[in-house]
Amino acid sequence: MKNELPKWADYGLIPLMNLAVAFLVSGLVVLFVGENPIEAARLMIRGSLGYGEGIGFTLFHATNFIFTGLAVAVAFHCGLFNIGGEGQAYIGGLGAAVVALAFDRIVPWWITFPIAIAASALFGALWALIPAWLQAKRGSHVVITTIMFNFIASSLMVYLLTGLLRPQGSMAPQTRTFEAGGQIPKLDFMMDWFGLDIGGAPLNLSFLVALVAAFLVWVLIWRTRFGYELRTMGTNPTAAIYAGIPPVKTIVVTMLISGALAGMMALNPVMGEQARVELDFVAGAGFVGIAVALMGRSHPVGIVIAAILFGMLYQGGAELAFDMPNISRDMIIVIQGLVILFAGALEHMFRPTLIGFFQILSIRFSSSSKEAA
Amino acid sequence: MKANCFLLFGQKNCGKADQKARNSKNDVLASLIWEEGTTGMSEFAIELKGINKSFGPVRANRDINLAVVPGTIHGIIGENGAGKSTLMSILYGFYQADSGEIFIKGEKLTISDSQAAIAAGIGMVHQHFMLVENFTVLENIILGAEGGNILNSALGNARQSLIKLEEDYELAVDPDAVIEELPVGIQQRVEILKALYRGAEILILDEPTGVLTPSEADHLFRILQQLKDQGKTIVLITHKLREIMAITDNVSVMRQGTMVATRKTSETSVEDLAELMVGRRVLMQVDKGEAKPADVKLSVENLTVRDGRGVTMVDDVSLEVRAGEIVGIAGVAGNGQSELLEAIAGITRAESGVVLLDGKPIKVTGGADPALLRHEGMVHVPEDRHHMGLVLPFEENENSILGYHDQEQYLSGMFLSIDAIRADAEAKIEQYDIRPPNPRLKTSNFSGGNQQKIVLAREMEQDPVVLLIGQPTRGVDVGAIEFIHKRIIEMRDAGKAVLLVSVELDEIRSLSDRVLVMFAGKIVGERSPEATEGELGLLMAGVESEVA
Repeated sequence: MKNELPKWADYGLIPLMNLAVAFLVSGLVVLFVGENPIEAARLMIRGSLGYGEGIGFTLFHATNFIFTGLAVAVAFHCGLFNIGGEGQAYIGGLGAAVVALAFDRIVPWWITFPIAIAASALFGALWALIPAWLQAKRGSHVVITTIMFNFIASSLMVYLLTGLLRPQGSMAPQTRTFEAGGQIPKLDFMMDWFGLDIGGAPLNLSFLVALVAAFLVWVLIWRTRFGYELRTMGTNPTAAIYAGIPPVKTIVVTMLISGALAGMMALNPVMGEQARVELDFVAGAGFVGIAVALMGRSHPVGIVIAAILFGMLYQGGAELAFDMPNISRDMIIVIQGLVILFAGALEHMFRPTLIGFFQILSIRFSSSSKEAA
Repeated sequence: MKANCFLLFGQKNCGKADQKARNSKNDVLASLIWEEGTTGMSEFAIELKGINKSFGPVRANRDINLAVVPGTIHGIIGENGAGKSTLMSILYGFYQADSGEIFIKGEKLTISDSQAAIAAGIGMVHQHFMLVENFTVLENIILGAEGGNILNSALGNARQSLIKLEEDYELAVDPDAVIEELPVGIQQRVEILKALYRGAEILILDEPTGVLTPSEADHLFRILQQLKDQGKTIVLITHKLREIMAITDNVSVMRQGTMVATRKTSETSVEDLAELMVGRRVLMQVDKGEAKPADVKLSVENLTVRDGRGVTMVDDVSLEVRAGEIVGIAGVAGNGQSELLEAIAGITRAESGVVLLDGKPIKVTGGADPALLRHEGMVHVPEDRHHMGLVLPFEENENSILGYHDQEQYLSGMFLSIDAIRADAEAKIEQYDIRPPNPRLKTSNFSGGNQQKIVLAREMEQDPVVLLIGQPTRGVDVGAIEFIHKRIIEMRDAGKAVLLVSVELDEIRSLSDRVLVMFAGKIVGERSPEATEGELGLLMAGVESEVA
C-alpha cells in the first residue's frame, strides 16, 4: 500500500500539476520578454479552441500525436523504448505515397485509403523490424538502434525525394501532388454538426482512424492473450520466461505493432493535408509522441487527451507568434519544451510530495474515524 | 474455542495468547529492569522508548519499547513483516522514527545516519553482506574509514589493528585474501571484524545464519559467545526459534509492528515463543502418514548445468521421484539446487543429461519450453516468487493464470475471457484462503504468505504429474507455513511426485520421504528424513565427499 496514490490522483492530478507548473514557468518566460503572460495564455487558448478553424488545426496536430503516442505506449508496455517513431512515420509516408501515386488516378479515395493505411502501417512496421530483431536476438538496445534508424530514414527519404520520387522537371524535393483519388476527405461535415466551420484546417478522416487505433490498442493491451504476454514481458521478463512466453516473438511483434502505429501517422499529413510527400513532413511528431505517451501514462485515453493538449500548444502557439510580435516561433518551441520537460522528464517530481500529502490525509482520516468509533 | 484456534487461519487470535502478550509486555520488561538494575536507574546498552514508524497507512513499528542489557545476547524474533528490520534500521540510522526516544548506554541520542550509529558504537552485520567482492579483506575493512586520500598509510595502520582484533577475538582471517574467494562463513567474519574495527560495542546481526551450514552456524554462535564474554552486547534478529533458544539470554517477540513480549530465554519454550509470534497456537510438527511410492514419474539422468560464465552449477546429477513421495533436496544456498530445479523446469538450459517426465524424455539441453512442460503435467513453484513466480504490479487474477494463460478456459479466440479468469481467481482465493479476498487487487499489496498462496493455488490446481517446489515457505509467516506444508502433503497423498528444494533443513526433514543432499553441484548422499541434523549438516558441508 505504501508509496501509492489513488488512481484519480495518479492519472489526473499529477499531469494537471505538471502542466500548471509548466505554464507557470512559461508565464515567467513570457513576462521576461516583456509581454503579458495572461494575455498570452488567452491568445493561445482562443487560437486553439476559440473558433472552428482553430479547433480543426488543433485536432489535425493531435491526430499525428495520437498515432506516435500510441506507438511509444505499446512498446513501453513491453518494456521497450521506441524512440524511432520519427523514422518509422517518415518511412510510413513512403508507403502511403507509393499507394497514392499508384492508385490516385484510377480509383476513388475510399479504395485508396484502406490500402494506404495498410501500406503505411506495413512500411512503418518494417522500419522497426531490424531494431526489433537486433534487440530480441542480439540484445542491441532499441533506444540506440531506433535512433540510428531515424537518421537512415531521413537520408533514404532525401535520396528518394530528390531522385526517384521527384517528378521530371520539378525543382522541389517532393513527390507530385496526388489527385482526388489519393486524398483523404476533410471532416468539415462532421464539424458542421457542432455548428463549427473548420475553414482551411486540414482536419481529415485520419483523425477518426486515430481514435479507432486508440481503442484497438486498449483492446490489444488489456483484453488479448498477446497483450497479456506483452505486459508480462515488459513488467517482469523473468516471470515471462517462467510462464513460457517466447521472448523473441513477443519483442519483435510488439515492435512491429509499434512501428505500424507510427507509420500510420503519415496518412494525416501526406494524404490528408499536403497531398504529397515533402521533406521532413514528420516535423518532430515522433518525438512529441514520447512526451504524449509519458503524459498519458501509456493509456490510450490519456494519450488522446495529451495529444489534443499538444495539438493546442502547436496551434495556439502559432497564433500567439502571429499576434505577439515579441514572441517568436522559437519562443513557442521553448514553451512546448517546458511542457515536455515538466510533463515528461520531470513526471515524478511532485509524486513524493503528493504521496506524503495523501499519507497525512489518510492518517488524519483514520484517526478521526477511530475517535468517532 | 480451543478447536477454533487450531482450525482457523489468519486474523482470528486466541484470546489467551493475546492476553498473555499484553500482560507480559509490561511485566517482563519491568522484571528485567529490576533484576538487572542494581542501583536505581539501570544503564542499558540500548533502550528504546515509544518508537513509532509508519510507511503510509502501514504502521511498521508501534510504540516499541526495548531494553537490552549490556554484555548479553538479546534475540529479536518475529514473523516476516513484524517490524524487526524496521526497528533495527531505525537503530542504525537508515530510517528516522516518527516518534520515540533512543538511549545508548543511558545517553539519549538522535541517530540520523549510519555514521552516527557507528559513532555511538553500534555495528551492523547485514543479512546480505555489504562487501566489495573483488577487494581484499583489508581493503573491505577500511572501506568508508580510510582516513585520508592516500591509501598506503591507512592500509598499514589498519593491518596492525586488524591483526590485533583477530587475536583478541580469535577471528582468524587472512587480511590479503580476496573476498569472492572466501567461503560465506568467513565473509561473515569479515563483516563482524568490520564492525569491530569501527569500535562497535553493540553488534546487530540480521538473520545471520540464513546462508550458513549448520556447522558454520555453530561456529558463528561460538564467536558470538566469545564476543559476549569480552563484554560486547549482541542483538540477534532471526525467525528461527531454535537459534534463539540455543544462544540468547533474553528474547523479545514482535508481532504486527508491536513488541508483544520480552522473556528470559531460560524461562520460555519454543512453543511459547511461536504462540507469541503468531498470536495463536501453532502446530510445530507436520502431520504426515506413511508414503506409498508408486511408479517413477520424474527421472533425471546425468544432468549437468553450467552458468553464463561456464562454471558448473549442477554436476552430473541423477535422481528419481516416484508418484506419491516427496523427495527433498537439502543443501546450503548456492550449491546448485536452484539451477537443478530450473533446468528440470525448462527455464535454464542444461549442458547435458536426460530428464524423463512420466517415462517420456523432455528436451532440457536445447532450450526446453516451460509452456510445453506445463501441458505435460510438470508444474513448478519457483524459489523466487517476486522475480519469477509473480508479476507484482499485475492484479491478483492476472497472476493466477500466469503460465496457463494459453489454456482454453481462459480464452475466447485471441481474447482473454476476463469473466472466466476472475471467477477462477475467486474460486482459488476461497479455496486457499488468500487474503484480502479481492482478485482485482494489485499483487504487490498482498503479504508474502498470501503471495505464495497465489502461486501455490495456481500450480497445484493444475492436477500435475510432477510438482517442483523451491523454497515453499521463504518469507512466509508461520500461520501460512502450516497451511502450505499441509497442502504439499496432500499433493503427495493424491499421488503426485513432489521434488522439494529448501534451505530450511527443518522443512526438508519434516516434509520429505527421502532426503538428497547437494554440495557443490553434486548429490553427495541420500538419507532418510530421520537422519540426525549433524549427519545431514556434515553432508551439506561436503565433509563426507572429501573423505570418500
